[in-house]
Amino acid sequence: MSNSVQATFKRIMPQLIILTAVLVLNFIVFPDFFRIEFQNGRLFGNLVDVFNRGAPTALLCIGMTLVIATKGIDLSVGAVMAIAGAAAASLVVEGYPWWAALAGALGVGTLCGIWNGILVAVLRIQPIVATLVLMVAGRGIAQLITEGTIMTFLDPGLIHLGAGTIFGIPTPVVIWIGLGLAVMAIVRRTALGMLIEAIGINEASSRLAGINSRVLLISVYLISGFCAALAGVIVAADIKGADANNAGLWLELDAILAVVIGGNSLLGGRFSITASLLGALIIQSVNSVILLSGLPPEFNLVIKALIIIAILVIQSPTVKYALYILRASAQPIPSQPKLQAKESPQ
Amino acid sequence: MIRSSHLPLVVTILTFLLAFTLCAAQYPAMLSTRVIANLLTDNAFLGIAAVGMTFVILSGGIDLSVGSVIAFTGVFLAVILRETSIHPLPAFALVLTITIGFGAAMGAIIHYLEMPPFIVTLAGMFLARGAAYVLSTDSVPITHEFYDLLQSLYWKAPGGGRFRLTGIIMILTFVFAAVVAHRTRFGRNVYALGGGQAAARLMGVPLAGTTIGIYAVSGGLAGLSGIIFSLYTSAGYSLATVGVELDAIAAVVIGGTLLTGGTGFVAGTFFGILIMGLIQTYIVFDGTLSSWWTKIVVGGLLFGFILLQKGLTWATTTRKKPVTDFAAQS
Repeated sequence: MSNSVQATFKRIMPQLIILTAVLVLNFIVFPDFFRIEFQNGRLFGNLVDVFNRGAPTALLCIGMTLVIATKGIDLSVGAVMAIAGAAAASLVVEGYPWWAALAGALGVGTLCGIWNGILVAVLRIQPIVATLVLMVAGRGIAQLITEGTIMTFLDPGLIHLGAGTIFGIPTPVVIWIGLGLAVMAIVRRTALGMLIEAIGINEASSRLAGINSRVLLISVYLISGFCAALAGVIVAADIKGADANNAGLWLELDAILAVVIGGNSLLGGRFSITASLLGALIIQSVNSVILLSGLPPEFNLVIKALIIIAILVIQSPTVKYALYILRASAQPIPSQPKLQAKESPQ
Repeated sequence: MIRSSHLPLVVTILTFLLAFTLCAAQYPAMLSTRVIANLLTDNAFLGIAAVGMTFVILSGGIDLSVGSVIAFTGVFLAVILRETSIHPLPAFALVLTITIGFGAAMGAIIHYLEMPPFIVTLAGMFLARGAAYVLSTDSVPITHEFYDLLQSLYWKAPGGGRFRLTGIIMILTFVFAAVVAHRTRFGRNVYALGGGQAAARLMGVPLAGTTIGIYAVSGGLAGLSGIIFSLYTSAGYSLATVGVELDAIAAVVIGGTLLTGGTGFVAGTFFGILIMGLIQTYIVFDGTLSSWWTKIVVGGLLFGFILLQKGLTWATTTRKKPVTDFAAQS
């Protein structure tokens, strides 16, 4: 048991270091960064904001990690967010209670996920193309639901999901941490996680080994659609309206980036949801450091891009290998033959 | 007998002709040269960007930075023409050098650091869009006699259609790209790379040069597309052309190029662009349909063409391999 904890810790070490570095950077540009206050029955503070604002990306990257572990990718999550937000908004506007709207939105998101899953698993279309269909058409569908307007609502139950608190903690934070723990428990306390990794490493051989890859693939995309729908409802509830054009725009890219920063290979195989969630927090902390540093907002994207490129270059296989060689030549006995093994499949 | 590899192209062309006939049957005014000329003018920048995307996708990669590079080019031109007295022609040369260099740098990172094109060009997309923001967050108008001159160049066809310079540049780009793709060593290398990296290396294809070249071509064409876009709008705006890369990818796929790489035609992309433009023209003619139907129809078309490609691939592989092979099916 302690062994597995140690292994997990070792796995998420780089992400923890990067996150700490970015948080320290936050502290340097804004010394009050770590101050958390309890006012009016809720927590306030910049750190709480990082967790709160990072919720949509974090939710998306729970599903995205599983999809990427199967050697897939889900480009449609941003569009699914827009569809789910539009569905929830139109349901409450028509007078349904908030839980019915939430259930409806989650149902729509799950259906979108199943659609992607069927394209990938049954029709055997490349994931990037299969999900591109919904990515292109999805915003059109969302606009069809909202009839081209930004549909606003005032239902307190639904708004609570995005802007409320549970025991003083913002609801989105509770939702993403809760869902993250639940999914982790499902995939790691059972063999499911291993089976998903097997599909990512070699689908043909995993099928020959008796894994029902078709059902697993569909369920992975289903989870991704579900997570996207939840994120969509939260975003809509946060602004008290469903914006079919801008809800979740480019968030699929942030989610994929979070997964990659989390050290998960886009080529599938081993995955760590914890590391992906840390990746999402890193992205949000980078956003926060740019915001707090008082730099002109025009520089946001350039700085973000440079930081991301730096992180990716550090994690690229070639640089890792070069570091390994350097370390190996520095000390006579290479202590980490693992990196060598990673290189061999190429 | 049509070869199976040509079939997607034939289907794309037939789809376009069928769609155009149906549209023309409903609105006879669609047959006027004005509509056809506008179809070319309005889609010129997208078409040129899609040519670059065709090369990238043929090689099995993807370039998400196209839309941002177009926006960057527009803002760069607008700012440099406003701040300095430089003539637009050297400015064009300068911006093309920058975008080609930008593409080549992405290609080099993809090849030498062995990083997936998806992620590298995603970072490139942020970088180019960010650079555009840094230059200016406002929409900067372009006023220069040379721009007026370029915009006034057109050939007036009988029927009132104005075939503008931008549309003609797009067609020339397509013709030139088709020759490069199908008649030169670079083109063959691109196809070989898309067919399989390991096999291409064993065949002696220079992987580094080809990969860098492909992304440089895509960057350069995105730059050219940005110049055309600035001619089209007479302004540079850092928030313009968001998501053009998706339209370009959709056009390439509708044009019959496999996203796995290795199979496809530059000409197919041309008809992909025309089909997408036709949908928009139809919506304008109809007047009651909302613009979001464009997205839904394009998504549906994408789905249809992907299914068609899938069916063809499946049919050809099972015919060649009577013994069922797991690897071939997946």
